[in-house]
Amino acid sequence: ARALTPQTAETDAIRFLVGTQSLRYDNQIHIIDFDDENNIINKNVLLHQVGEIWHISTSPADKGVLATCYNKTSDSKVMTCAAVWRMPKELESGSHESPDDSSSNTQTLEPLCHLDNTAHGNMACVMWEPMGDGKKVISLADNNILLWDLQESSDKAVLSSSAALEGKGQLKFTSGRWSPHHNCTQIATANDTTVRGWDTRSMRQIYCIENAHGQLVRDLDFNPNKQYYLASCGDDCKVKFWDTRNVTEPVKTLEEHSHWVWNVRYNHSHDQLILTGSSDSRVILSNMVSISSEPFGHMVDDDELSDQEDQHQEEKIKEPLQDSVIATYEEHEDSVYAVEWSSADPWLFASLSYDGRLVINRVPRALKYHILL
Amino acid sequence: MAEVEAAGSGAGGSPEAGTGTGTGGWRRPHGPLQRYYGPSAAEAAEATPDPADINGPHFDPEVFLTKVRSECPLGQLLAREAALGREIRALDSDMQTLLYENYNKFISATDTIRKMKVDFRRMEAEMDDLAANMAAISTSSARVSAALQDRHRRGAQLAGVQALLRKLQSLVEVPGRLRRWAAPGGEPARALRCHARARAVLRHYRHLPSFRAIEDESHAIMADLAQRLRARLRDETLDPKELTECVEMLLQLEEPPEELCQEFLSHAGTRLEAELAALEAELPVADSSAATTPPPASDILDFVDRGSSAFVANLCLLAASYRSLFEGRPGAGDGRLEAFAATLTARYFQLLERRLGLERGLGDTSLLVRALDRFHRRLRALLELLPAAGAEAGAALVARAARERVDRYLRALQTFFLGCLGDVRQALAAPRPPGKEGPGLPDLLATLASSILGQLKAVLAYVQLFTAKDVAFASLPYFKGEFCVEAVREGLVVAFVRWLCRTARGFADGPAERGAPAAPPALLLLLARLCLDYEATTISYILTLTDEQFPPEDTGPAVTPGPALCAEARGAAQRLLDHYVQVQGAAVAQMLRKSVETRDWLGTVEPRNVRAVMKRVVEDITAIDVQVGQLFEEGVRRAQSSDSSRRAFSVYSSSRAPGRYAPSYTPSAPMDTHLLSNIQKLFSERIDIFSPVEFNKVSVLTGIIKISLKTLLECVRLRTLGRFGLQQVQVDGHYLQLYLWRFAADERVVQGLLDEVAASAAHRCLDPVPMEHSVVELICERG
Repeated sequence: ARALTPQTAETDAIRFLVGTQSLRYDNQIHIIDFDDENNIINKNVLLHQVGEIWHISTSPADKGVLATCYNKTSDSKVMTCAAVWRMPKELESGSHESPDDSSSNTQTLEPLCHLDNTAHGNMACVMWEPMGDGKKVISLADNNILLWDLQESSDKAVLSSSAALEGKGQLKFTSGRWSPHHNCTQIATANDTTVRGWDTRSMRQIYCIENAHGQLVRDLDFNPNKQYYLASCGDDCKVKFWDTRNVTEPVKTLEEHSHWVWNVRYNHSHDQLILTGSSDSRVILSNMVSISSEPFGHMVDDDELSDQEDQHQEEKIKEPLQDSVIATYEEHEDSVYAVEWSSADPWLFASLSYDGRLVINRVPRALKYHILL
Repeated sequence: MAEVEAAGSGAGGSPEAGTGTGTGGWRRPHGPLQRYYGPSAAEAAEATPDPADINGPHFDPEVFLTKVRSECPLGQLLAREAALGREIRALDSDMQTLLYENYNKFISATDTIRKMKVDFRRMEAEMDDLAANMAAISTSSARVSAALQDRHRRGAQLAGVQALLRKLQSLVEVPGRLRRWAAPGGEPARALRCHARARAVLRHYRHLPSFRAIEDESHAIMADLAQRLRARLRDETLDPKELTECVEMLLQLEEPPEELCQEFLSHAGTRLEAELAALEAELPVADSSAATTPPPASDILDFVDRGSSAFVANLCLLAASYRSLFEGRPGAGDGRLEAFAATLTARYFQLLERRLGLERGLGDTSLLVRALDRFHRRLRALLELLPAAGAEAGAALVARAARERVDRYLRALQTFFLGCLGDVRQALAAPRPPGKEGPGLPDLLATLASSILGQLKAVLAYVQLFTAKDVAFASLPYFKGEFCVEAVREGLVVAFVRWLCRTARGFADGPAERGAPAAPPALLLLLARLCLDYEATTISYILTLTDEQFPPEDTGPAVTPGPALCAEARGAAQRLLDHYVQVQGAAVAQMLRKSVETRDWLGTVEPRNVRAVMKRVVEDITAIDVQVGQLFEEGVRRAQSSDSSRRAFSVYSSSRAPGRYAPSYTPSAPMDTHLLSNIQKLFSERIDIFSPVEFNKVSVLTGIIKISLKTLLECVRLRTLGRFGLQQVQVDGHYLQLYLWRFAADERVVQGLLDEVAASAAHRCLDPVPMEHSVVELICERG
């Protein structure tokens, strides 16, 4: 399994969606609920019969709406398509059914619309407009960027604009990310070793990081709190942080993994926390204080502290917080293809490996208090 | 009876014989007597007194007689009696002779004494006469002298008057003489002497009008003279000796020393300034030197020579004469000379420094050392006179120059190393004529290492000139301690090794990704080996060499220990080798990735052959094996048997494959499919793909193979395969298995990865029907 996403619109319950990959059997979408207080995992299964799921994303506005990229196999041809779905109402907000009967009465997704890609090639991923009302979707298909407008009640998708990447050879987007800054007008895409930025209004390229990685770039993420900052990871085992205003040199490079890094994610609220998943079967949580929006080296609320002594103590504790690896999680036995932070709890994250194992972890308590206090 | 008498007289004669020997000096050989009295002590000490010994002191006549009578026959008794009789007679006559001789002497002595008594009585009378006469003579002499006394006194008075008159005469003549000598072209020195003599007297008698006139006149003359001397002092053309004379005379004229001192120094100053200006004229103007520097007119040794012979020598002379002139005078000992000399030397140092700055190239170090040596010697001479004239500044100048030179050598070494590297790159990149092998990597490595070492040694030899025994400044504490340690050991040797490691590291860290021309992999390998060699032997060798040539002091500043450098070199080597593995692995991986991504795995036909790309991969890895084998040792493998590949592969395809490929899982629990492989993975080691490698061939190749196979695995997982696609992967995997196991340290690694490839391929296959194993083998053997 490769597809994992948090339920973006859900802000109360910790919920992840996982898509399965199976060529010979019906694929499913598992809705994983994690009850933080009781430490219980609850699972609901939705059938996804059209094909194996390569990518999944949820609407930021409507809890019940999600989009998948899936493989459709027909007479020795494989086509990757994308579609928007709605899940059954009762599952939207996480029903607490008992696990045993969830497997028996599997429900089916209700298809909303199909993103027609016959003219554009295989879909690599679908991105929702991060702050929007769930009406705008961008999908990457081979070398095209397609911007779709979902009509009322999302039952129809209209291609509003598109751009194509021209160049020598077969260019193929591997991944993309929609920036939450600048009124959501920028996206970043990765193809081969290059990272490109686009303006969604004009559909023009605005910056380009040639040779961002020594080999293929696998994933991107924008810093949610600091505009212009972008993280990328790739087959050279590195994670790089860029300032898109100056793309000649990375701001910072991490080299902790021993194989391809497939996924990189900023924590949504504490952007010094970086999560990476790699095919060396490890998930690494890093603390990049120096390039985060967090004040580095001094306190902001100096005047709030009445006692001088307290302040000194605070600073002493703050000081040694350096860029470092916080923890390495080795629970997976196979390559980790996806890591995601929960949208509800900023201290919780899930990782998914090829063999289908989903692991939910928390940020170490000590660090959590350290950041909060 | 006769014997008894003889014995008795023999004993009784002893007193007379005692007096004879007591007078001394009277020796005649009368044996028995002599023997009897002489060494009596020795004889007494003899162990057993023999009463039968007739000559012994314990002679007992009774014992003797009884003994003789009882022992001897009659004839012998008679003979002994006769002998004794003879002996007694001889002794008697001897005694008589002695008595006679001594008596004669007593007689003559008595006569002499009696004659002396008579003579003394006559002499007493004559002495009385003499005394009477002497008394008469003394009285008459007293009378004569009393008569002459008066006249004598008058004569003495007259003599005094005459001397006084002569003095007056000379005083009167003083102005004239002074005028003559003090006239221009005369002898001012004599005038001064004359004036000095007369001055005290004149001053004493100045209340007398006539003397006063003389004094005034001579004063006027001397003032005139002083005026002229001063004028001369201001004359530019005076040489230092004349200058000194001139000032000396003025001092004698009681001119104020302070003022003179000022003038003296200013005059000397202009001269020295002129010399400095002459030196400066040789240096190119600062502005022009910035743009284009003409080669200095003369070499540095020449420059220093001239500087020291002219400037330093004159300054020495000046200082010496100043000392002798103004020593102990008020207003001169207030450090004015020191300040004066300090400014001048500071300017000189400045000039010299500028000149040294012109020594750009590496030039001849021995020349520089000699120049600095000479400078230092001269300076030391000056410093003995003027301890305050910037001793530190001079030493610091020398030290700076030396340091500068060392730095320059370091740069030269670095350039040299880069040049060597360039050569190596060229040799590596040069197209090989077909059929002819270029120089192998080991040769290149040996050339590189030896040329660098040679250069380093040469540089050390040059630098050693600075601390040679015959160089004066080598004994400065700086050159003994700090220079050896800080400049040479740390600044040159350690810095160079560090730099070398850094440069080597740079090849691994820097350019590979950002589009700059990446170093060829062979160069990485070569540098890795070089660093490793440095770590193993070369660094310690170089450091030992340096410490021998420049022995560090115990109390000197802390030095970088050899192990730290070794660790650095090892780190660089490790980094380079890792990078080599990554570069080569990435090259192979790229090939595999493209081949997997571009192929249509669904519509492929039944495999008949191993794909060409797999053959290419095996070829490439074999080539890498050869390349690495040239420089690195074989390394250890896990135990293996000759037919291990077959055995292992059969296990893989017979016992594991069915469980994997059989449709044994149900739709409701798709995750169970991986249970088997998961359990298996729990027991197998985790494989780190891009992990550090060890310094041997097997480890390097294992690293490359791991990277390649893991790539293959990940790429296959991204594809959807048809039945024949799976079979093709099967064939390819078997082929790789056949050829790659021998390169890897642990064939289980290869095995495990290929198993996973096969499992993933099966999982990604729409119609998983594996190929018969025998067919797979057949195809592989044919290919």
